[in-house]
Amino acid sequence: MSTNAELLLDDPIWIVALKGLLIFVFCVLMTLMAIWSERRIVARMQLRVGPNRVGPFGLLQGLADGVKLALKEDLIPKAADRVVFILAPIISASTCFLAFAVIPMTGTVKLFGNETILQLTDLPVGVLYILAAASVGVYGIVLAGWSSGSTYPLLGGLRSSAQVISYEIAMGLSFVAVFIYAGSMSTGDIVESQSQWWNAVVLFPSFVIYVISMVGETNRAPFDLAEAEGELVGGFHTEYSSLKFALFFLAEYVNIIGVSALATTLFLGGPSAPPGLGFTEAWLGGWFTFIWFFIKVFLFFFLFVWLRGTLPRLRYDQFMKFGWKVLIPVNVAWILVVATLRVMTQQGAPQFLIAGFTLAVVLAVLGATSLYESSKRKAEERARFVGEMPEPSFPVPSLPGRKEIE
Amino acid sequence: MSDFQLQPKRSDAIEKAGEASVPVTGQEEASFLKQLKGFWVTFSTMFKKPLTIEYPEVKPETAPRFHGRHQLNRYADGLEKCIGCELCAWACPADAIYVEGENNSEDHQISPGERHAKVYQINYLRCIFCGLCIEACPTRALTMTNEYEIADDKREKLIWEKEDLLAPLRQGMLMPPHPMYPGSDHHTYYRGEIKESHPSQEVNS
Repeated sequence: MSTNAELLLDDPIWIVALKGLLIFVFCVLMTLMAIWSERRIVARMQLRVGPNRVGPFGLLQGLADGVKLALKEDLIPKAADRVVFILAPIISASTCFLAFAVIPMTGTVKLFGNETILQLTDLPVGVLYILAAASVGVYGIVLAGWSSGSTYPLLGGLRSSAQVISYEIAMGLSFVAVFIYAGSMSTGDIVESQSQWWNAVVLFPSFVIYVISMVGETNRAPFDLAEAEGELVGGFHTEYSSLKFALFFLAEYVNIIGVSALATTLFLGGPSAPPGLGFTEAWLGGWFTFIWFFIKVFLFFFLFVWLRGTLPRLRYDQFMKFGWKVLIPVNVAWILVVATLRVMTQQGAPQFLIAGFTLAVVLAVLGATSLYESSKRKAEERARFVGEMPEPSFPVPSLPGRKEIE
Repeated sequence: MSDFQLQPKRSDAIEKAGEASVPVTGQEEASFLKQLKGFWVTFSTMFKKPLTIEYPEVKPETAPRFHGRHQLNRYADGLEKCIGCELCAWACPADAIYVEGENNSEDHQISPGERHAKVYQINYLRCIFCGLCIEACPTRALTMTNEYEIADDKREKLIWEKEDLLAPLRQGMLMPPHPMYPGSDHHTYYRGEIKESHPSQEVNS
């Protein structure tokens, strides 16, 4: 059986260059599509129509926005650090494309007579490479906030970097279960390992945590604290205009597509067809798998838009608490369970032992939940009891549980 | 119960009041399903008909008494109703109306009676469409139409002159200046007894 890596090894250099170009074009086109579809979908959720003026159904709206941004005056504030100020959007926009290098977008296809896969390269540590690229992208945000020489961008930049870094931990931990299950970090092997069952089913808790943390990772609603207009104006890109702002805009959307593509690869079987539709993989000489990939990515993108249309923004401390005190501990516990089960099956443990362990885990989770509930109820009762208060000598607003004077 | 007394009651009275009050938790049990309800709201809304009016293509009818642009009306024989009294200009809170009156003369009769407006301007950069000018007008010369597409690309274009505001001539009307209906005075005009221009006027003018 030839793995993706072996298949990609004998690609001539021009095919590699062509695939690089295709990935870039795909990302940019997806960004234009994403801007348009996001605005249209959110508009429909709010009983509006959305942009419908530029081109058929307003499809060229993203392009029009791009042209508008490019034609705007490019301002650099006097207090800004010029070099870093210019460098920051370039870092942001260039690193966001990197993740796509290792994402398989099709099954085996023929490209100008060469049997290959629409994937630039298949690193043995592919997913770690994506995490690394995402971490470098944070530099763009921090440096943009710092170099603007202004308060709000600095606060916004720190907020988003703190946010991205904390949610990267939850994100990385949810990969661990996938690595344990697939026995590899290469994206090609991970897709291969899902030929029976998608990881979204097998590793459901990891999937849920990844989906939550990918929203936090991309600074999107309801986790868009870095751009909380009421608090921070525009966040780290407040001082940016024209093409530099366009680069941040592009980076944000490419990042969204990127994490969606990664979710597709790790949890939804990448470009392979959904169960029961395996025969479609041979259509169009294998290129039909790209459509499956596209549909899956778009489903994740729709989720992003749906969340934005539904949920209000979280408070910063609640958001951090959720990441550090809920997502990460739950993830660690889940990884322990997955690892134990994995070792048990590999070492050939008897069936009753595996079943017993599973049962014990389920019971432990149920017990912990009920304990948590009862302690929460007790804390609420304690909070309700205010105790003896001195009699007021002036009018005061009533408190819950306060003995009111008639 | 927010009416507090400055002097507290005796402690046993306080005790009773405390027993009567029901503790308010202020928190409703929010189940997981209830929290997911919001997602269904947004999802189902996607398939409803949007409320948007596609404006330039679809021009909605206004309310019958919508305050649109102004119009200077005419009597049935074509004479202008405006007598140049400037009451509209005085009533205007935004100072958007400018009127210059002039005497009517035998060979230059613009409106019935003594005076007519030589200059009549409404500045639509200032107008707030409150309609106080309409209320002030003693002859019903100034009214508002339902027309709302007044926007333009030059400030100068938004100062409307008398000829822009005047109502068009209809059947039986004659372009002033022309003499008043034979045997009439401005009271006859005001009571609406003049139904059309007199045939002789056409000859005279």
